[in-house]
Amino acid sequence: MSVQVTQHVNPDPARAIDDVTAGLARAGYIATRQIATAVYLGQQLQKPILVEGPAGVGKTELAKAASQLLGLPLIRLQCYEGLDESKALYEWKYGKQLLYTQILKDTLRASFDESAGLDAAMTKLRSFDELFFSEQFLEPRPLLRALQQPGGAVLLIDEVDKSDEEFEAFLLELLSDFAVTIPELGTITAAVPPLVILTSNNTRDLGDALKRRCLHLYIGFPDMRLEQRIVDVRVPGVGERLRAQLVAFVQQLRKLELKKLPSVSETIDWARVLLLLNVEELDADVVRETLNVLLKFEDDVNAVMNQAAAFVIKARDASVPG
Amino acid sequence: MEGTLLGFLQTARRAGIRISAAESLDAFRAVETIGLTDRAALKDVLGLVVAKSREEKELFSECFELYFTRARLGDAQPGDMQREALQRVQADGDAADDATMGNTGAGGTALARMLRENDRAGLALALEAAGRRTGATGIRFRVQANMFVQQIMQDMGLAALTREIERLREQGDDAAADELERARDRLRAEVREFVERFLALSAPAENIWRDDNLKTVPLWRLERHDVERMRVSVRALAKKLATRYGRDRRHRRHGHLDVRRTLRRNTGYDGVPFTTAWKKRKLEKPRVMVLCDVSGSVAPVAQFLLLFVHSLADALSDVRSFAFSSHLIDIGDVLEREPVEIAIAEIVKQIGFRSSDYGRSLADFAGGFMDHVDRRTSVIIMGDARSNYSDPRTDIMKALFERAKLVIWLNPESRPSWGTGDSEMWRYLPYCDVARECSNVRDLERAMHELLTRGS
Repeated sequence: MSVQVTQHVNPDPARAIDDVTAGLARAGYIATRQIATAVYLGQQLQKPILVEGPAGVGKTELAKAASQLLGLPLIRLQCYEGLDESKALYEWKYGKQLLYTQILKDTLRASFDESAGLDAAMTKLRSFDELFFSEQFLEPRPLLRALQQPGGAVLLIDEVDKSDEEFEAFLLELLSDFAVTIPELGTITAAVPPLVILTSNNTRDLGDALKRRCLHLYIGFPDMRLEQRIVDVRVPGVGERLRAQLVAFVQQLRKLELKKLPSVSETIDWARVLLLLNVEELDADVVRETLNVLLKFEDDVNAVMNQAAAFVIKARDASVPG
Repeated sequence: MEGTLLGFLQTARRAGIRISAAESLDAFRAVETIGLTDRAALKDVLGLVVAKSREEKELFSECFELYFTRARLGDAQPGDMQREALQRVQADGDAADDATMGNTGAGGTALARMLRENDRAGLALALEAAGRRTGATGIRFRVQANMFVQQIMQDMGLAALTREIERLREQGDDAAADELERARDRLRAEVREFVERFLALSAPAENIWRDDNLKTVPLWRLERHDVERMRVSVRALAKKLATRYGRDRRHRRHGHLDVRRTLRRNTGYDGVPFTTAWKKRKLEKPRVMVLCDVSGSVAPVAQFLLLFVHSLADALSDVRSFAFSSHLIDIGDVLEREPVEIAIAEIVKQIGFRSSDYGRSLADFAGGFMDHVDRRTSVIIMGDARSNYSDPRTDIMKALFERAKLVIWLNPESRPSWGTGDSEMWRYLPYCDVARECSNVRDLERAMHELLTRGS
């Protein structure tokens, strides 16, 4: 392998990254600089991006926003245990094949009757064989579809850690060469390489081979300012003061030892609930009533319940501007 | 730029981040794309390409700060002047060599001049170069620090500097000499800091080395500060084993064609077998009972056995734990309440420090819990089998052996001492499927492996 920089070197990468940030923001996704850099670099180097982080920080959202930013279709493959090629890549339309043979039975018989002898019939049969294993009978699944998109696509391989290790190995060819091999048809290469985004919740450690082929982006919980902006974009109706307070409150919860820390998606849900309830300012009662939106375990709710008042006071203090 | 980036990648590798050749190339490509003008952007980009897990990200961030803070010192001056300074330093190095060989240079050394003029950039470059020449950038252990500080000082021309100070004193210019001495001490402090920084960079690598070694240290000889590290390591091992066997269980699909189900499934296709059904052998999670001797010599090992078994919860079903010394108690609820390390201390306080009586403990077990042992149960006994000459009650062991699927005896003593003195090990041995020495984490790992392969 030789070091050759083939891609076009952008005269002003900083500007380009700013553009990505702005584009993602238009799609409703407030990105840190690091996230924007990852998207930019993934495009420039044509490398898949592996996104890790706690649940609900917007890993999947990033792929959706990226597809809007690039104006490309989003093709999603949800991974689960036991996912295999026939569900991820392609499958032959067996039913259709069977149906066609049935319908064409008579035609087939007629054409076979003409040919004398077994050899001639076999030759004929072989030509049908080609017919039945053509793209016409191929059912493309997400991975193949992503490669076939004429203008490129954003391919989201969601929760790749949930799939088996065999499937992970199978992905390697796709991720490094943007090509897949179908035994009956040969290797199919993408006309325009898709932007691949993989997400993982880290239920198991991914293999080194996979990680090596990807850019690795870790999205943690956002800081206070970023989270406020996210709430602002996603739930526009929430007043500035309430927004600051509720974000400060959630930020405090994340410092506790809970079974499941509230994530950005929970913050957004909570903001929506508070908006629906016409809350203008956070107080202990409202918090107690709506805590189950933020926390998903009974133990967690109980742990926070009796400290709620103290947290509200702190949140009010923290959110006073300046 | 290439040198700097390569240097950084090397440093990061030494700090314990795994970087393959392909990733190095990616790093170069990425940096070419992004340019070197923006430090924050550089950090983002390298972080994306180089560090591939959360732990690595943290290591990376530390490395980056350390490494590029150092490099920035030199950036204070534009390129040409930098090069000039470097030449000056190199010339100075030669001059220093000359001076040590007896050719006393006239008009003071370049090092002295830089110190006097407080030429930060020049000094930083000289330090950098000297660090590389002496190999101080590859420092691994704290004991090397003093040596490298001294070597770097020598390399930068300490001898000539000292002579110059002496010369100034002879000439009666005490003020100048004092000032130069102070500058020299300041430089020494800076050199020390420089060496420390590289030491910090290599610290994680040292930890990895230590972790590997720790696995073979007898558990009762662990130092207190290593115990915590060992716990982390045991939990990680358990997690690895659990995922591995969890997968095996799901994937064990060997078997024969299930003709009946295949035919039924394919009646829709006129009996043409489009889809096949296979007879599956179901693998069960092992049920485990752990009996731990908590008398003085065994307790430290027992603690790790319990930790290991309970960390394996994903791969096991229904773990029951018992502790015994003079008699036996069920410790399940204590373990549920407290983390293992605290629970063990509590249990030891309750029944430990008494002379162990295996016969009585086995009788206790037979009285209360033998009914729960069935052909799916694996029993692990951890103990030295030293029963103070009381009746070993091998009859209970025999009954246990016949009921249970698997009996594993883990003995912290080495095999040659089994059966010596009051040890009843040889008498229990016929009733064990597996009997092993178990004194360190590696032994424990092997025992758990056995449990998971033979117990399911």
